[in-house]
Amino acid sequence: MKHLEIRGLSSAYGSVRVLRDVSLDAGKGEVVSLIGPSGSGKSTLLRVLIGLTPPTAGEVSIAGEKVNYRNRRSVKAVRDRMSIVFQQYNLFQNMTVLRNVTVAPIKIKKRPRAEAEEDAMSLLERVGMAERKDAYPDELSGGQQQRVAIARALATNPEILLLDEVTSALDPERVNEVLDTIRALTSEGITMLIVSHEMAFVREVSTRIAMMDEGRIVECGSPARIFDSPTKARTRDFVSKILKH
Amino acid sequence: MLEQIAEQIPLFFGYHNVIFILQAAGRTLGMTFAGCSVGFAFGFLIAVLRQTTGPVLFLPRLLGIAYVEIFRRIPFLVILFIVLFVIEPLMPGTSLFGIATVSVCLLSTAFLSEIIRSGLESVPMQQIEGAKVLNLNGLQTLFMVILPQSWKVILPPAAAFVVMFIKDTSLASQLGVIEMTFAGEMLVNRGFSPVLGFGVVLVCYFAMSYPLSRLAIRLEKRLEAS
Amino acid sequence: MDYTFQFSVVFRELPYLLGGALVTLQIAFVTFWCGAFIGVFGAVAKVYGGRFSRRVASSYVTFFTNTPALVQIFLLYYALPDAGILLSSMTAVLIGLTLNAGAYLTEILRAGVISVRRSEIDAATALGMSLLQIVVNVMLPHIARTIYAPLSNFFIWLVLGSSMAALFGVEELTGRAINISTANLRTIETFMVVAVIYVVLTVLASASLALVGRVAFRVRAKVF
Ligand SMILES: Nc1ncnc2c1ncn2[C@@H]1O[C@H](COP(=O)(O)OP(=O)(O)O)[C@@H](O)[C@H]1O
Ligand SMILES: [Mg+2]
Repeated sequence: MKHLEIRGLSSAYGSVRVLRDVSLDAGKGEVVSLIGPSGSGKSTLLRVLIGLTPPTAGEVSIAGEKVNYRNRRSVKAVRDRMSIVFQQYNLFQNMTVLRNVTVAPIKIKKRPRAEAEEDAMSLLERVGMAERKDAYPDELSGGQQQRVAIARALATNPEILLLDEVTSALDPERVNEVLDTIRALTSEGITMLIVSHEMAFVREVSTRIAMMDEGRIVECGSPARIFDSPTKARTRDFVSKILKH
Repeated sequence: MLEQIAEQIPLFFGYHNVIFILQAAGRTLGMTFAGCSVGFAFGFLIAVLRQTTGPVLFLPRLLGIAYVEIFRRIPFLVILFIVLFVIEPLMPGTSLFGIATVSVCLLSTAFLSEIIRSGLESVPMQQIEGAKVLNLNGLQTLFMVILPQSWKVILPPAAAFVVMFIKDTSLASQLGVIEMTFAGEMLVNRGFSPVLGFGVVLVCYFAMSYPLSRLAIRLEKRLEAS
Repeated sequence: MDYTFQFSVVFRELPYLLGGALVTLQIAFVTFWCGAFIGVFGAVAKVYGGRFSRRVASSYVTFFTNTPALVQIFLLYYALPDAGILLSSMTAVLIGLTLNAGAYLTEILRAGVISVRRSEIDAATALGMSLLQIVVNVMLPHIARTIYAPLSNFFIWLVLGSSMAALFGVEELTGRAINISTANLRTIETFMVVAVIYVVLTVLASASLALVGRVAFRVRAKVF
């Protein structure tokens, strides 16, 4: 049984079909990356998984349990086990770094404040942001904000972590600090779905890579296969274009 | 004309007149602030209602929108007349001050609701989605994420709106509420020069409204800076 | 309560009321354009003027935006005769509302003028445009787009605000409503119908202003 199983998932914005019959799975602790041109539906796939965009067809199971995205309880349960980090504007602007990280453990998981803060500090330590625990998001650089966002996503002890282009809005010199943070996570047994245009990084950390185009998964395989001997012309095209610069 | 005014000044600023004017100013401020506080509360409720989705609250939402859109398009004077003639037979003995205050509430609810709504909607969608995926519920999201970020956008126009209302309550004089404007009219009818009577009334309005409009401008500047 | 509504007596007077609505629109229209005329001078004085004209313009705006139009008109109507100037009620209302509109429009227009960025003017100068070309091609379109929505809102405000003319006996929409209701004693019905007329009037005004804005200035103004 796979940890995350996606079968024939479709979704649409109004009459525009954005995901078409997507199937994908990930074993426990696996790091699966989604690549593909912009507009191909990568973000939408992650949004459907976390229950922000409703699916029109298909099913998703986590550790064998089917998710019902029409049921609030079921969606809540999914979000209990799954966290997401977006491209930008992640952190609550009105809360300090520490408060951002502790808000869900305290308010949702009902953990005692002291305990939650202790755990939050060790997470902030791991992403290298412990010293800035009392800063507000607008006092931090983009890269620092994203590292805090990752800490916040981890604070609820997710089994599955979704990362949607978390470095795309950053200055080039800030990208590496965030990638380093993610790299350190890949060996911790958290199942990860990563959307990224950082091809070298994707190749290095992924166990498998899925190529998306026009709402479909065109091809899925090991990093070596996708990058060195893709079978589909669309993948070849995309990979060669993006590796050129 | 000027000699007449000069002659009247000592009499005009006699003890009883000054008390009379101060009481009237108190009624103006009372109507404004009572009306705007209630308006703020109900306006907030309607604004929040309009943020909800789903079929359960469809009808209340529609009513909220209708209320706001309709009441922002009726002159205060007309609302005053309607409220007067509806409340008088229903609840005889309601003071004119009460009737005027109810009218202020009705109108300020509509306008403040619109101001609060644009404040709430100024918070980026990502912030709300961020709260959702952490499993914060609607009320938690509202009070912990949206409101703390939107009051900065709400306060400056809200303060400007209250300034507006200090002036608009002058229309309540036509109902017979002895607020600032009516006090002026009464003094003029007692034989004081209109320049003196209405001039002093203007000065009083200015004294009430100017500090608040300065505050509104200051808030706005601070908001732009941050 | 066993009050029975009787709208028929009001509906009989609908043409008379609609005539009043026309007067309301005329008052709003006249005061808007006269106010805009003042506003242009006020805004230019506030932005580009010397110290003295800036002072005058700000004092004017501060005074009129912080005191009620009703009392200003009272002052005009009752005090000027003492100085030997007799104004008709309509004239007093028009002058009062115009002076008010001028103050608010000064602020709206000023916001439009300062919304033009220095860099855009510099860029236009660098392209070799003359001052007139810069004003016509760079500044005016930009200003129009910034101020269109506030201007539309202000026009609606004038339509509603002109109702205070009724208190001086001007027979616009509210004035005619008062006339009717004192005759038919159906005050609630009369004013409810009048309220509906105001709503329809302002919705029509907002809609046509939004349409004009979209066609002429490519502004995406909202009706609601
Ligand atoms: N809120 C939305 N409303 C309508 N269409 C949308 C919305 N969000 C995304 N889309 C469309 O859905 C398609 C997939 O978008 P997205 O999932 O963001 O792609 P990616 O993340 O791969 O760039 C695009 O064509 C995009 O224009
Ligand atoms: Mg995307």
